[in-house]
Amino acid sequence: MKRRDFITKSIGAGIATGAGFSLLSIEEAFAKSLFNPHAPYDLVAVMGGEAPEMFEKGIAALGGMKSFVKAGQTVVVKPNIGWDRTPEFGANTNPELIAKIVEHCFNAGAKDVFVFDHTCDNWQKAYATSGIEKAAKDAGAKVIPGNSEGQYKSVSVPKGKQLKEAKVHETILGSDVLINVPVLKHHDGAGVSFAMKNLMGIVWDRGFWHKNDLQQCIADMVTCRKPDLNIIDGYRVMKKNGPKGVSVSNVSVEKAQIISTDIVAADAAAAKIFGKEPDSIGHIRIAHEMGLGQSDLSKLNVNRIRI
Amino acid sequence: MQAYLKPARVVVSIIMLAGTGFLFLDFSGSAPSAWFRYFTWLQFVPSIIDFLNTLGRGLAVTAFGFAAVLLLTLLFGRVYCSYICPLGILQDVISRISKKAKRKKSRFRFAPPKTWLRYSILILVCLSLFTGKLFLLNTLDPYSNFGRLMSDFLRPLYAAGNNLLTSLLQAMGSYALYPVKVAVTDPYALLVPALILTLVVWFSFRRGRLYCNAVCPLGTLLGLVSKISLFKIRFDKAGCTRCGKCMFVCKSQCIDVKQQQIDFSRCVGCADCLKACDNNSIRYTFASTEKAKIMQPDRSKRRFVMGSLLFIGALSGLSIKSIARNSKPKNSDPKTKGSGVNTGNEEVIKTHSVCPPGSQSIHHFTGACTACHLCVSACPTGVLKPSFLEYGFFGMMQPYMDYHTSFCNYECVRCTEICPNGAILPLTREEKVLTQIGTVRFVRNNCIVHTDETSCGSCSEHCPTKAVRMVPYKGELTIPEVNVDICVGCGACEYACPVTPNKAIIVDGCKEHRQAQKPKEETLEEKPLEDFPF
Repeated sequence: MKRRDFITKSIGAGIATGAGFSLLSIEEAFAKSLFNPHAPYDLVAVMGGEAPEMFEKGIAALGGMKSFVKAGQTVVVKPNIGWDRTPEFGANTNPELIAKIVEHCFNAGAKDVFVFDHTCDNWQKAYATSGIEKAAKDAGAKVIPGNSEGQYKSVSVPKGKQLKEAKVHETILGSDVLINVPVLKHHDGAGVSFAMKNLMGIVWDRGFWHKNDLQQCIADMVTCRKPDLNIIDGYRVMKKNGPKGVSVSNVSVEKAQIISTDIVAADAAAAKIFGKEPDSIGHIRIAHEMGLGQSDLSKLNVNRIRI
Repeated sequence: MQAYLKPARVVVSIIMLAGTGFLFLDFSGSAPSAWFRYFTWLQFVPSIIDFLNTLGRGLAVTAFGFAAVLLLTLLFGRVYCSYICPLGILQDVISRISKKAKRKKSRFRFAPPKTWLRYSILILVCLSLFTGKLFLLNTLDPYSNFGRLMSDFLRPLYAAGNNLLTSLLQAMGSYALYPVKVAVTDPYALLVPALILTLVVWFSFRRGRLYCNAVCPLGTLLGLVSKISLFKIRFDKAGCTRCGKCMFVCKSQCIDVKQQQIDFSRCVGCADCLKACDNNSIRYTFASTEKAKIMQPDRSKRRFVMGSLLFIGALSGLSIKSIARNSKPKNSDPKTKGSGVNTGNEEVIKTHSVCPPGSQSIHHFTGACTACHLCVSACPTGVLKPSFLEYGFFGMMQPYMDYHTSFCNYECVRCTEICPNGAILPLTREEKVLTQIGTVRFVRNNCIVHTDETSCGSCSEHCPTKAVRMVPYKGELTIPEVNVDICVGCGACEYACPVTPNKAIIVDGCKEHRQAQKPKEETLEEKPLEDFPF
């Protein structure tokens, strides 16, 4: 999103909100999908296919990638590449899905597509073992490292309650579109790791988050840089021992995918697939309360696609 | 004909220097582990230590590099010092630079041998080996010093240069290079190598191979062997005009033109003199062709016998120690404090430092590592660091696992594949993931979940075996619980713990490495979803 677009949209959203509040209840106002008023659905959930196939069906239901990426824009596709684990572990995002998303970005006219993560394991090993480096490069993306503090620039988080400042990867700051592509998995620290948690991989000092109320910081980060699109990969779901996983027996093949511009809604749907109530996850509850999105799926216009 | 020996020597030595140097500087991990062997197996000190270590568990062919060197020396004298030893070659480079730098045409002159100094050092080093400590040998060993120069001093500069170039390229839109972490070594751990290397550079700048002929214990030892070499460089007294050209280029300062004699125990076989001589009057000749007219033959022979005996004695002392060490039954339980018993303050002290996987025990490791820091350079995560006092004074410079800087990658076995002295022995991936090099200790009173009552789980998140897992605490909160049986001691938990200054979770080194239990296979109770749950 260009700055100008952002401002116009924000103003638009502001007026809409004002008008909305005057006419409707707050809940109803949120139900109108403030963040992308033109989208036909607030959330698309797909089940039963291979990851790239589910993405193609899902994004088509949202009007195709052209609704999110304009010609000449630079895009960051942010998968979870945290761990030196093969795709079967479900610790990292499905590499075929990443390749398909990159392909769609280029088809929509993207100038550049960057792929990176601030990994937990050694980044070269994680990039290679996850299969994402090769898949993304083959699809034409620039796979860039996120391993050095010098690449991260300090930004303020004025609406953050705990997180007042964060060092964000310069490529995120310099790009037009951020597409957040987490894997749906268990997480020992945060409870679960979906879309909001995946944003931890665009910042440098994660230790600060852990030290200063992790759940609140995860929600705070959404106020800083809200992804333009969230695609949650629920093909292989690590049900326990996350986020790294101990064995492939921790994985349940759910063949699910959730696509939404509303990061809180996407996480709420992911929670359901994981087998938890959205409100039982600290950062989902907090983000909803902060008005960053809608965690009550019954208030949303959801398109369910079964393959 | 023998004039071509010099260019040949230059080519070989440049390949050795560049190859060995690259292995120490490279951070990309592009060199296959086998390459390390090509360049290190002829390195005398690592090779002989490797040989002694493998004695205890059957002979390994890879450990015979030192025998090849001895054979070479018996044939041609100390060619090792000119063709193979990276520190020796580096000194030649420095000598050359100094020659160019000095305005006046600099020439070498014959200098008398530093007999007392060099033999005292050799004897001291040999005696020190009887204690089982390698400290003195490590301090002076030329290969290891070269390694430390590259790994500790030049590698950070190399990395910084790479980062500069990376940012320039990125400004132009190219991502061909990537930034790397510039390794910072504890400055105290650099004191000894800095001192020795300053000496080496200064000596070589001023006086050619003085380090090799006055200090280096290996130079002295090979010098003794070269006294009985089959081929030696000698004067053809009839043809020699005593012009002195050979002497002027001799970096060992061992050519006495007046006496027309060469102190072959100091000659490094560089062949510069062969090229310098206009009428072929100085050349390699078979020993029997000229009946022993070496300086004081009797004394030198006696010295050779004495020195060799001492050296052999010292090595056998070391080898007995190493065999005893290898055959010792594995000690089951070094003292580690139980988890979560630290109730008082924040200070957490490790019982032992952690030595790298494959090194079997702190005792084996410190008794076999010459601190060349090849593993420090090759470690992809940068967790290996030169120690200061982590293994005690006599273990100085030998690498340890620094979990404040990084942690050991679960399935990586790089260091075990490349160690030239068998201090870190080979491990397969399957063995590595069950090798316990340390055990986790949780300090509840330091933990954020306990002190702040907020979520964290950083330690458990990074744990590859879930030896650290989160169990219910208060309300939604979960707190770490440790299972030392399945802990491999990789240090990921300690590294990831955000608590400062004292961590809430640490890894105590195992004095003797053990086998960790396999994590229990868990099956999932629920079946995958049939339909949308919303």
